[in-house]
Amino acid sequence: MAVETTTRAKLRWGLLDVLVVVFALVPVLWIASLSFKTPATLTDGNFIPREWTLDNYRTIFHTDQFVRALVNSIGVALIATLIAVVLGAMAAYAISRLDFPGKKLLVGVSLLIAMFPQVSLVSPLFEIERQLKIFDTWLGLILPYITFALPLAIYTLSAFFKQIPWDLEKAAKMDGATQGQAFRRVIAPLAAPGLFTTAILVFIFCWNDFLFAISLTSTERSRTVPAALSFFTGASQFEDPTGAICAAAVVITVPIILFVLFFQRRIVSGLTSGAVKG
Amino acid sequence: MADIVLDKVSKSFPDGTVAVQDVDLEIADGEFVILVGPSGCGKSTTLNMIAGLEDISSGELRIAGQRVNDKAPRDRDIAMVFQSYALYPNMTVRENMAFPLRLAKLDKETIDRKVDEAAKVLELTSLLDRKPANLSGGQRQRVAMGRAIVRQPKAFLMDEPLSNLDAKLRVQMRTVVSRLQKQLGTTTVYVTHDQTEAMTLGDRVVIMRGGAVQQVGPPQELYDHPRNLFVAGFIGSPSMNFLHAAVQDGELRTALGTVPLGDRVRRELESADAPRELILGIRPEHFEDAELVDDDTRRRGMEFEAPVDIVESMGSDKYVYFTVEGEKASAAELEELAADAGAADFAGAGGNLVTRLSAESPVAEGQTRRVWFNLEKIHLFDPANGRNLTLHEGRAAGALAD
Repeated sequence: MAVETTTRAKLRWGLLDVLVVVFALVPVLWIASLSFKTPATLTDGNFIPREWTLDNYRTIFHTDQFVRALVNSIGVALIATLIAVVLGAMAAYAISRLDFPGKKLLVGVSLLIAMFPQVSLVSPLFEIERQLKIFDTWLGLILPYITFALPLAIYTLSAFFKQIPWDLEKAAKMDGATQGQAFRRVIAPLAAPGLFTTAILVFIFCWNDFLFAISLTSTERSRTVPAALSFFTGASQFEDPTGAICAAAVVITVPIILFVLFFQRRIVSGLTSGAVKG
Repeated sequence: MADIVLDKVSKSFPDGTVAVQDVDLEIADGEFVILVGPSGCGKSTTLNMIAGLEDISSGELRIAGQRVNDKAPRDRDIAMVFQSYALYPNMTVRENMAFPLRLAKLDKETIDRKVDEAAKVLELTSLLDRKPANLSGGQRQRVAMGRAIVRQPKAFLMDEPLSNLDAKLRVQMRTVVSRLQKQLGTTTVYVTHDQTEAMTLGDRVVIMRGGAVQQVGPPQELYDHPRNLFVAGFIGSPSMNFLHAAVQDGELRTALGTVPLGDRVRRELESADAPRELILGIRPEHFEDAELVDDDTRRRGMEFEAPVDIVESMGSDKYVYFTVEGEKASAAELEELAADAGAADFAGAGGNLVTRLSAESPVAEGQTRRVWFNLEKIHLFDPANGRNLTLHEGRAAGALAD
């Protein structure tokens, strides 16, 4: 009886799992499948391509716009992530550990920013950036990305910092560390999983952004991939670019997957075990 | 090594709560002082102020004669052992112990030598390359101690270092701590809520309640001559029995019978503002089975009869619980003690009398037994302010003193 129930339960869970995975993966696989199809078979409705081709990939890597956009994307996202995580870590540490005047205000404002409809900021930002001559530059994208990534970073990181026993810091201070040394040598190594998690989240946010990328850029100089994709025309303007767009979409998914896989190993739980009797 | 002086040290928080109030304490060089009290009495806050982890609101703190109020913890040259051990989980035992030395920028050879020495003292040599996660509670505790002793600080501060260990290990570690302190001769301030630790470890004990010091002295003195109701109830296990007593015609009417009073106590009670209701305190060991008392001793006390509730035989002696009728003793201090101990553990204030009788006593549950108690060891307290009325020049003299 017991065995039967567990088998049935397993079956039910297995079915549910499959359903979720299929639901999540079908669009992605479809895009991947389209990217391998020839223009002639593109609309034949087959999930698995009848005729395989790498032409689409060749096409996108031969057009300068895509390669250039890829470089822009990687550069902008990495720089924005780095700055946001460093700033966020410092802010989150202060919020989780110190009692300073205006702390509630800071937390409130950062929450406000996170909830602010970004669309409404596009026109003002456009004007401001043109006046400041940073329109259509990397900086022009990095700045708003940091602004909108910071609340995310602060919230995630302060949750991690709060988990680190306060006693460790007191111990470090008693052992002769300054506040800075305590943070660098004791707290930061323990917050590493949090830092990596935050880095991933912020990176994905910057990488995926379309709104700012399309409205705050005008040339290939700083256009990132999501924006560049919408300008895709294929090799000639009479060609249907669907295959190429799909190939590009697959290509820009790869760095994200690599990024997550790379950092996932570092997100080991239980890093603080043994610090204090829990 | 150094002496530590607290001169009217207070701590108040921005919201107005006062955690520590005018604590005066002089800790001599090499002395082992225990701060003890129920949770929330301000003992940990006091320790943190000595450590520099909390600001001092008013008063002065001097270490080795030097005012250190505004010095950062790192400039006070004192080491601390935390209740949670607070080991750095990303470092090995060796790295943990070397951490204060590395921050002090000692050269590698000296660091290795000092760590090895400390590890030897604490029997940690074989564990030096392990991470804290792979250590048992007792081992972690020893590493925490090692990290404190390794740089030979002016003083040790210990914040309930043994309270996370199981009972058996705690007794073991108690002797380790005691031996280590004697061996190193370093001034030590030790915080605990456990009165057994307080009694067994310290040269002197400081009892705190509600942020104020109640009494300071060697453990035996606190036990024999408690200055007030709180100290009397806090020190001792099982705790002192407290009974309601009414003053009438120069005598005390209590549930144990009418207790005669000596001249000195009577004179004290005759003054106009003297209380009419008192609290009588007797420690469990000052009772004895009336059958076993010789005549000479009998004269120094008095007897009563009461039904036996429970007998706990400890081998060396018997804990016998009697049910006594009559009004219960009530005072703010007693309620606080009961709340701290968990009401069930604190028999002192209830209708139960805890006595510690000789093992030879043939007492059995359900009996009504005749019991003798020593009048010279009685304490009388004023329920309004908790003051011990039998105390004369710091000595408790019992009810009969002239």
